Amino acid sequence: MSSLPHYLLLSAMLFAIGLAGTLTRRNAIMMLIGIELMLNAANLNFIAFWRFSEHPEALTGVMFVIFSIGIAAAEAAVGLALIIAIYRHYKTTNLDEVRGLKG
Amino acid sequence: MTPSFTILAFLILASALAAMSLRNLVHCALCLVVTFAGIAGLFLQLNAEFVGFAQILVYVGAVMILIVFAILLTRGAEPAAPAAFTHSTWIGVALAVVAFLTIAGAVVTSVGPTPLAAAAPDVSVRAIGVKLMHDHVLPLEAIGLLLTAAMIGAVIVAMEEKRK
Amino acid sequence: MDDSLDQIFVTLKHTVVGLCPECIQPLVSILLSIVPLVAVFPLIFALTTVVERKGLGRIQNRLGPNRVGPFGFLQFAADGIKSLIKEDIVPRAADKLVHFLAPISLVVPVLLLYSVLPYGRNMVPIDLDAGVLFFFALGASTELSLFMAGWSSRNKYSLLGAMRSIAQMVSYEMPLVLSSLSVVMIVGSLSLPKIVEAQMGHTAGITHWFVFTPWGLAGFLLFLVASLAEANRSPFDLPEAESEIIAGYFVEYSGFKFALFFLGEYLGLFAMAGLGITLFLGGWTAPLACLDFVPSWAWFFLKLFAMIALFIWIRGTVPRLRADQLMGLAWKFMLPMALINLLVAGLWHFMRVAEWPFGVRWVVCGFILIVPYAVFSWVFAAKVGKRTYRYAN
Repeated sequence: MSSLPHYLLLSAMLFAIGLAGTLTRRNAIMMLIGIELMLNAANLNFIAFWRFSEHPEALTGVMFVIFSIGIAAAEAAVGLALIIAIYRHYKTTNLDEVRGLKG
Repeated sequence: MTPSFTILAFLILASALAAMSLRNLVHCALCLVVTFAGIAGLFLQLNAEFVGFAQILVYVGAVMILIVFAILLTRGAEPAAPAAFTHSTWIGVALAVVAFLTIAGAVVTSVGPTPLAAAAPDVSVRAIGVKLMHDHVLPLEAIGLLLTAAMIGAVIVAMEEKRK
Repeated sequence: MDDSLDQIFVTLKHTVVGLCPECIQPLVSILLSIVPLVAVFPLIFALTTVVERKGLGRIQNRLGPNRVGPFGFLQFAADGIKSLIKEDIVPRAADKLVHFLAPISLVVPVLLLYSVLPYGRNMVPIDLDAGVLFFFALGASTELSLFMAGWSSRNKYSLLGAMRSIAQMVSYEMPLVLSSLSVVMIVGSLSLPKIVEAQMGHTAGITHWFVFTPWGLAGFLLFLVASLAEANRSPFDLPEAESEIIAGYFVEYSGFKFALFFLGEYLGLFAMAGLGITLFLGGWTAPLACLDFVPSWAWFFLKLFAMIALFIWIRGTVPRLRADQLMGLAWKFMLPMALINLLVAGLWHFMRVAEWPFGVRWVVCGFILIVPYAVFSWVFAAKVGKRTYRYAN
């Protein structure tokens, strides 16, 4: 069994990859994917901390991740709907070209 | 580190890197599936069966389908122009590295190798259900409301604009 | 009851495992669970292809395959050899890697589905606490492989087929999951063996199968229709409608990859039928108390074959739906009915707790189900209008 720091370092790396992707890619969908990666890294942290905690029977981490997965689903749905609406208006998903506040 | 952890970690990191750096958006999405599945594998390894299956159901079964549909609807499937490596790219990567180093430093300095809880915790679905329905009933209702609102909102936002 | 025949496979496995040296016993035990599954179900698939072609032939007033082997029953071997030695054609524009991975990523999750089904008394490969969730999670992940196949082929027809297929599978997943949720609610467990146990026993010689309750019957019918749609079976076979988009997402596949898609589709259908049997038809339990002497696994496979025959019959008789009718059926009829069914299942449970007489329970729950059904069908029929037929002279 790997120990807690392994999981934490893995999730930190995943978080950094997601952050780098979100900051460098200009495509709105790619940014959303980066955000999903960061959320997943956080989920991994929750589960790791829960598993290695002194009272795993309290299920706190599991509860947190269940709610977090639900919120991520809602976020993806709304985010992608917005991206499609923006694409229909500007004919691009490159966020650098989406500048005007008033269409 | 156990072999299964090493394999999963390698798989997750490699596919996440690929998902963030490949040119073709559909390839990115498919790599992301591997990442999500790998994380679900880690959840299973950590005795969180329910969460692992929920992760596959929600991320691989639903979120990825949404992303793939969005990519095809926005014509993102066509290979994009080669990305220009501007200053902002390097700043972004540098920021991510700094973020990683900060977190890693905090982890290394503060968390000692904690002993594993003696027995695998009891995470029967029943226990999770009881917890959800007793202690966390308000967040549960809230998330139900949120999901309904998100569904309606997504439909309205993505609906064809009426021509005047 | 003769236990030795009932437990023959379990005993056999224990004996073989016991013969092996201690260090490889876990490995042998795992292998002995996997190998029969990987051997038996593809064999059933092979036989089903022949039976289906013969059955459809009979329905359409022709003979069907009758040349290879006795009564043409070795046709599957001929088909298999043919698909193995055919040239494997990959379109030049195709995304080679994704094109290669798509059939594999369809077959692997579908084979994994079989790991949680209880095939008989003490015969479940893995008794997962969250078995139903596992099943649906893997079932949902096959959608992506259809997309991979359709997209990587770089063919308009295959992309259209893949998109149709995904839209259909996502829509029908709702009624599928919600109708099985009623069983989960009543049993109070996601574990499939526990669900079968809850259906064991008889009252006056009649079983406790969930299909013999109002919510169970409604749930089973919803599940049946939704599972047909999930497996892209006719009358919901728009994704591969031969007459419209040639063969949907696997137009550009040939040889053994095509056979793998075929295999994956049928294995998915059988697994779905197996889940339906477990949830609503009592799994491996006998329908009548006097039939308990038949081994439990025989009941499971008998029910499975009955379901397969039903699927073939439906395919031979019902015409294909139109895309908008398909979506309308899922969202405007099956989803509300599934939600009402959940309500009825809850009501059924509480009326049992409150010890209402049996008949009243039936009348109330049946009434709550039949009234919306009648209303929905009336609205549907009014919208569709009277069907007119035109015949060729």
